[in-house]
Amino acid sequence: MAVTDKNVQAALATNRFGLGARPGELREAADDPRGWLAAQLGGGPPIALDGAGSLTSGSEALAGFFKLRALRQAMRQEEQAGMGRAYAAPGDGKPKDDVVASIAGYTRPIYLAEVAARTTTAVRSTAPLLERLVWFWSNHFTVSAAKVAVAPVAGAFEREAIRPHVLGRFGDMLQAVVHHPAMILYLDNARSFGADSRRGRRAGGGLNENLGRELLELHTVGVDAGYTQRDVTTFAQALTGWTINPGRRKPTGVGEFWYVGAVHEPGSKTVMGRTYPDTGEGQAEAILRDLAGHPATARHVAGKLARHFVADDPPAGAVDRLARRFLDTGGDLREVTAELVSLDAAWDPALRKMKSPNEFVVSALRGLDAPQVEPRIVVASLDSMGQRPFFAPSPAGWPDTVAAWAGPDGVYKRIEWSVAVGEKAGPKLHRADGLARSMLGGLADDGLMTALSRAESGAQAVAMLLSSPQFQRR
Amino acid sequence: MPTRRQILGSMAALPLMGLAFPQVSWATRARGDARFAFVVLRGALDGLAAVPAYGDGDFVRHRGPASDRLTLDDTFGLNPALPHLHEMYGKHEALVLHAVATPYRQRSHFSGQDVLESGLSSEIGTRDGWLGRALPRNAAGVRAMALGEAVPLVLRGGPGVSSWAPMRENVLDDDTLHRIEALYGDDQLLSRSLAAALNTGQIAREGGLDENGPALSGPRERFLGLMTAAGRFLAAPDGPRIAVIDIGGWDTHNQQAGRLKRQLAILDDGLAALRDNLGAAWGQTAVLLATEFGRTAAINGTGGTDHGTGAAAFLAGGAVAGGRVIADWPGLADGQLFEARDLRPTTDLRAVAKGVLRDHLNLARADLDRTVFPDSAAVRPMDGLIRG
Repeated sequence: MAVTDKNVQAALATNRFGLGARPGELREAADDPRGWLAAQLGGGPPIALDGAGSLTSGSEALAGFFKLRALRQAMRQEEQAGMGRAYAAPGDGKPKDDVVASIAGYTRPIYLAEVAARTTTAVRSTAPLLERLVWFWSNHFTVSAAKVAVAPVAGAFEREAIRPHVLGRFGDMLQAVVHHPAMILYLDNARSFGADSRRGRRAGGGLNENLGRELLELHTVGVDAGYTQRDVTTFAQALTGWTINPGRRKPTGVGEFWYVGAVHEPGSKTVMGRTYPDTGEGQAEAILRDLAGHPATARHVAGKLARHFVADDPPAGAVDRLARRFLDTGGDLREVTAELVSLDAAWDPALRKMKSPNEFVVSALRGLDAPQVEPRIVVASLDSMGQRPFFAPSPAGWPDTVAAWAGPDGVYKRIEWSVAVGEKAGPKLHRADGLARSMLGGLADDGLMTALSRAESGAQAVAMLLSSPQFQRR
Repeated sequence: MPTRRQILGSMAALPLMGLAFPQVSWATRARGDARFAFVVLRGALDGLAAVPAYGDGDFVRHRGPASDRLTLDDTFGLNPALPHLHEMYGKHEALVLHAVATPYRQRSHFSGQDVLESGLSSEIGTRDGWLGRALPRNAAGVRAMALGEAVPLVLRGGPGVSSWAPMRENVLDDDTLHRIEALYGDDQLLSRSLAAALNTGQIAREGGLDENGPALSGPRERFLGLMTAAGRFLAAPDGPRIAVIDIGGWDTHNQQAGRLKRQLAILDDGLAALRDNLGAAWGQTAVLLATEFGRTAAINGTGGTDHGTGAAAFLAGGAVAGGRVIADWPGLADGQLFEARDLRPTTDLRAVAKGVLRDHLNLARADLDRTVFPDSAAVRPMDGLIRG
């Protein structure tokens, strides 16, 4: 094949499967673009950088949050009992507001440290395919900081439940996700009690079916798999008792996953035609194991992967192959990803997808070799483009279609951001054509190169390059 | 008076790029200068909390007495967090619909929203939205505006659709923009989006919207900002006449009383902001507020409600024949519930939307039956929603 062909393929490898080329990366990929990706799959799971050494484990972050929340509740009760008036006096003593402020003040540095770690890891990564997988799976298993209690643990969730498993088994990731306090909080399982459990019979309380439903619909078999409302309810019953230790009765392991048999709905449960004896915590684990290996799950996951990496409406053959590989390997995600990278459909030179705002911003920072990442600016930038980090709008996660990201306001905001970045990076730019080649390689066609060569300044050239369809799409 | 059922423009299939359905035309002389806004309540608003049926004996059994309601009539009240809506109701500028639903009968938010927005009878084949298909094919400029960064499904597929959210920084010079427009020459999607965005920016400036405004980070600030912007856009003389605004946060599985109180207050204040910023144009406006489905009749084990079926919806605006609750009330006794758990839907939400589109925006019945809401001839547009 011609040399240009390899240059286009290398650019596809770095843009479609990676996070945009860092300086020199295209040269590394050009010899063997598919091999460059395959090599990334050969190692261990990707490690998150923690430059500032300030990342907090999920349970630690939650323990602190619970403490603050308990303080706030205690104050509210005092106030209601008429004892809070002294506090509520005008002037400096407004402890209730202080506590509210301190919850935000407590969460914010944890959140910003997570954004910094995630973004820096992606900007510096030499295995960007793995970072893309982290983002893909963390979106598949969305938890969102839009829920206040989740905000301190959303970043930890990605590091603890997703990242270690992106080259492992889907079933292991699924178990880690559902055992993680962030998911239990996000989908309201912490206080879902069986009506016939020991506590349910004594003190009332009942089911919350949110987690059970979304596990079926979003995380495993998918909405069309033929499950019924009864399956949802029964699965939710099996999940009763899967909660988080709030620290009231058990002082160790506060903020960690906690199975409480006293609230577990007793009895065997039938979900999607299979009956599971009551083994306590093991009951829902067994259901999750079967769901992870279900053919409908294979198809659901394969369809989402193909939609993310190939096209909004991926060819059926591509989805079939991924689903088959998933089933043949017992959900081995290293193998499934290798199959994805080997699909001919994935190497079509037509740029069918639009980068998400997160992919766009990180690929610009990589291409320009940005020396450091300021998390507050990353948050503000992505917020303006409609993708505030860790703030997905619903349990279904961020959308993954061209239409969702190429709307008028979104396109405009990306151009604005490109212009602002151009003003910073442009003056230092020696040659726009060199930058275009190092970022886009074979995708930088004559039309783009000519337009860049006519730019009136380095700043304008950078703005044009970042705004160009070749850089916006992948 | 213009006739209501004119068919203007050809109904011959005009398969514009990627459109599943032919497009419709508005009457050349639309009624006055009608405005329409659609507020999508994402996450399934609990209709029985927003509009308690306190006069139904079984309501108390499921929900308690609802004693601090705002009264609508002998059967229905309004959540006390909705005072502006109640005031509009009192002035006959708002009406309440209850036990409504789209044709969707499962309980997935995402499929449910697809049906709510696509206007199809199921989620299969979703690609564009009923409001997008209701836009006039032959108009120039921005006809419809999504408030937010993206264009939601309901508006997709229409010509002249733009989106707008605050935090534009206004740093772009014309020369750079022209050069980028040229780069987009071969990319239809990006060039169309950019053109719409530039057009929108112009209207926003004329409407006095502060492009340099701060980030609207909290959900309350964001929604009020978007409703304010929607009012200004719709009021602008050459602005869009259709607006879509999203508000999430209704998925109250947990401790819902306090959450809904806050959330409904945001909605209510946003509606007032829309009215206030529309100014005189409020008199020509209809606002439909609807959600993908309702929630369970009973409270669940965690002080919240799980996904249900029949829901409440609202129609507000100076053009609305308000001051009443429209409900073919199915009752809340055990035998009356849908699948023994949810409020049974008795009114098709499409009938409401079709009534508004026909009587307010002058769409023809044939277009509504076939194109805007495909295969819906059996669903009659609801009469009398708009002031005659």
